[in-house]
Amino acid sequence: MKGAVDMTHGGGGRASAELIRDLFQKHLGNELLNKGHDAAYISAPAGRLVTTVDAHVISPLFFPGGDIGALSVHGAVNDLAMAGALPLYLTAGFILEEGLPLADLDRIVSSMAAAAREAGAKIVAGDTKVVERGKGDGVFITTTAIGVAPAGVDISPEHARSGMKVLLSGSIGDHGVAVMSSRENLEFESEIVSDSASLHEMAAAILAAVPNVAVLRDPTRGGVATALNEIAAAAGVGFVLDEAAIPVKLGVRGACELLGLDPLYVANEGKMLCICPAEQADAALEAMRSHPCGAEAAIIGEAVREDAGMVRMRTEFGGVRVVDWLAGEQLPRIC
Amino acid sequence: MKYISEFRDRALADKMAAAIAQAARSDRTYHLMEFCGGHTHAIFRYGVQDLMPENVNFVHGPGCPVCVLPVRRLDDAVELAERHGVILCTYGDMMRVPGTKRRSLIRAKADGADIRMVYSTMDALKIARDNPDRQVVFFAIGFETTTPPTAVAIRQAQAEGLGNFSVFCNHVLTPAAIQHILQSPEVRELDAVKIDGFLGPSHVSSIIGSEPYEFFAAEFEKPVVIAGFEPLDVMQSVLMLIQQINDGRSAVENQYTRVVERGGNLKAQELVADTLELRTDFEWRGLGAVPYSALKIREKYAAFDAERRFEISSKQSREIKGCECPAILRGAKKPTDCKLFGTVCTPDNPMGSCMVSSEGACAAYWSYGRFRESAA
Repeated sequence: MKGAVDMTHGGGGRASAELIRDLFQKHLGNELLNKGHDAAYISAPAGRLVTTVDAHVISPLFFPGGDIGALSVHGAVNDLAMAGALPLYLTAGFILEEGLPLADLDRIVSSMAAAAREAGAKIVAGDTKVVERGKGDGVFITTTAIGVAPAGVDISPEHARSGMKVLLSGSIGDHGVAVMSSRENLEFESEIVSDSASLHEMAAAILAAVPNVAVLRDPTRGGVATALNEIAAAAGVGFVLDEAAIPVKLGVRGACELLGLDPLYVANEGKMLCICPAEQADAALEAMRSHPCGAEAAIIGEAVREDAGMVRMRTEFGGVRVVDWLAGEQLPRIC
Repeated sequence: MKYISEFRDRALADKMAAAIAQAARSDRTYHLMEFCGGHTHAIFRYGVQDLMPENVNFVHGPGCPVCVLPVRRLDDAVELAERHGVILCTYGDMMRVPGTKRRSLIRAKADGADIRMVYSTMDALKIARDNPDRQVVFFAIGFETTTPPTAVAIRQAQAEGLGNFSVFCNHVLTPAAIQHILQSPEVRELDAVKIDGFLGPSHVSSIIGSEPYEFFAAEFEKPVVIAGFEPLDVMQSVLMLIQQINDGRSAVENQYTRVVERGGNLKAQELVADTLELRTDFEWRGLGAVPYSALKIREKYAAFDAERRFEISSKQSREIKGCECPAILRGAKKPTDCKLFGTVCTPDNPMGSCMVSSEGACAAYWSYGRFRESAA
C-alpha cells in the first residue's frame, strides 16, 4: 500500500470512506462492522457484562515481538481477563498523524485483526481522526472491550488477605526492554522480544481451578512493583516477595544493569499476577503453567499483616528492602 | 548473569558476613563513610546493612552527582534554557531536582523550554548536528567518571567545527571533597561526625587510580579501600577496612583490582587535562566552597564554554526551607533527622536533591529501607 495519511483522510469525505473500506474493513471486516453504522447492535449474552477502555501511545510503533495494533487488542482483552471475563466485542478509535505511511497503518490494522481473531473477539465499531504532522506520534489507538464474566466471579484488589500467596505467570520486563531496545536514541542489540499476548485463557484456567481466586492483575506500566503496591494499598495488607523466585531473563537483567533500571518496574504486556489462598496456590500455579504463556510461572511471595500498604522483598543477597512505588517514570511511552 | 550474579552470591555473602562479624571487635564501633551514592544505593538495594554486626555503621557521603550541585548552578541551567532559548541536554537524574522556588528542569520543560534528556554526550553532539540553527548546551555534571566523555565531546565539537555546541561544565573532584570533609570542624573538633575509614568509589578510581587518596590517608590517618559496587565488593571492602582499623593502619587499599590500577586510566586523564583545568574553588551543596574541587573549560576550548558564550545572571538562589540535604551530604545528619523526610519530601515530590536521585541518601532510605523506621 502506497502513500501516507493526509488531512483529507480525516475529513469525512470520499478519502475517509476509501480508507475505511480499503484498509480498515479489509482487515477487520465482519457483518456488524461492514454495515457502516456509527453504532453496532450486539446481543447481550448470559452472565454479567464487563467493559473496559485502554489507550495506547507506544513509541516506536513496531518493536521486537509486537506492534501497537496487536498491543491495543491485548491491552483491552487483558483488562477484561483480570476481571475473569472472556472478550466478545471490541471498538477502536484511531488518531492518525498526517504523514503516517499507509503501509505502516496497513500492517498495524492487520496485526490488530489477527490479535482480535486469536482472542475470539470482533471489532464492531471504529472511528478515525487525523491530526496535523507533529501533533501525534504516528498513531494512537484507544480500544474498548466488552466481555462476559461467569456468575459468581468476584475478583478485586481489595480481596487480598494476609496469608495468601502471590503468583507470577512468567519472566518480567520483557516488553519494556524490547521496546527500549528499539528506541531511536537507545538502540542496543537484544534477543528479548515483547511478551504482548492475550491472557483470557490463562485467567479462565485459573478460575476453573481456583474459583475463589482473590486478585488477578496484569503488571503493565510500572511493572510488578507498582501493581503490588496498588493492591497492598487497596487491600490494606503488606507483601513480602522472594527475589530469588522472580523469573527474569538474562537479556532483561543485562539491559536493566546497563540502563540502571530495576526489572520489577519494567512493563509487561503478557504476564499476570494472581493472589489466592495459600492452600490453593499449587492448583493455581498448575493452571498457569498449563498455558503456553505461563510455563515459567512461580510463587513469588505472600501477603502479610505487618507493614500494611508496603511491599518488601527478601533480596537474593540475604537482606530485606522495600519495593516502593515507582517515582516519576522509568521511560516514557512504552505501552 | 556472567560477571554480575557472581558478585551477588548469597552463600558467599553469608561467609563474608561471618568473617566481618569475627573481625569486628566487640569493644568498639566502626563508622565507615561510603563516599559515593552508588555504594549507598547498593547497600540499601541489597540489604547489606542487614548482614553487618550492630557495631558496624555506614555514614553516607556526598558522592551523588546531582545532590552536590548547588542550587545556583541549577538555576543557571534553567536560565540558559528559558532566557537564552538554547536546547539544554541533560542526564535524566538532573531533571527533577528542585532549584530556587522549587523550579526544576522538568517544570521549565513543561512551561515550554527545550530541555532534552540524553544518555551520553554523543547524543548531545547529535542534537547539535541535527539543529544547526539552534544553540545546544550540554549540562555537564558528575565526578571523575563522567568527565572524560565531556572532554571527548568538547574535542569532537572542535574537530567538527560544531559552532552551535557548548558545555555548561560542573564537573567535580572526589579527593578534594573527601579531604574537605576530613578538615571540617564537624569531624575534627566537634566530633559530631565519626569517620574511621572510607569506602572509595571504584568507578572514579577506574579513571584517577588509587594514588590520589594516598596523601590524605596518611595525613589524616584514615584508611581508604577502593570498593566495587556489587554487594559482595562492598562487604569485602568493609572487611578490609575493619582489618586496617584493628591493625592501626591507614593505607589506601584496592578491593576492585579487576578494574582499578594505582595510576588509573592515563588516556582518559590526558583527555581531561587537555580540555579542562582546575577551578580555584567551587561551591558544593552541603560542603560550601571547596578549594580546587572542580573543573572548568580551558582557554583554548573557550568557544565551547557555555559560561563564556552566554551571559548568565546568577540571580539570588535559595535552598528549600527546612531541607537538611546540606547536613546529610556532610554525613552530619541522617535522612530521618530531617523534618521534611517522608512527610512533605518523598521521591514523588522531592524538596531536596538527596530525595531525587536513586544515589541520594534520602531516596535510598525512603525507597528501600523505610520499614526499619516504622519497626523502630
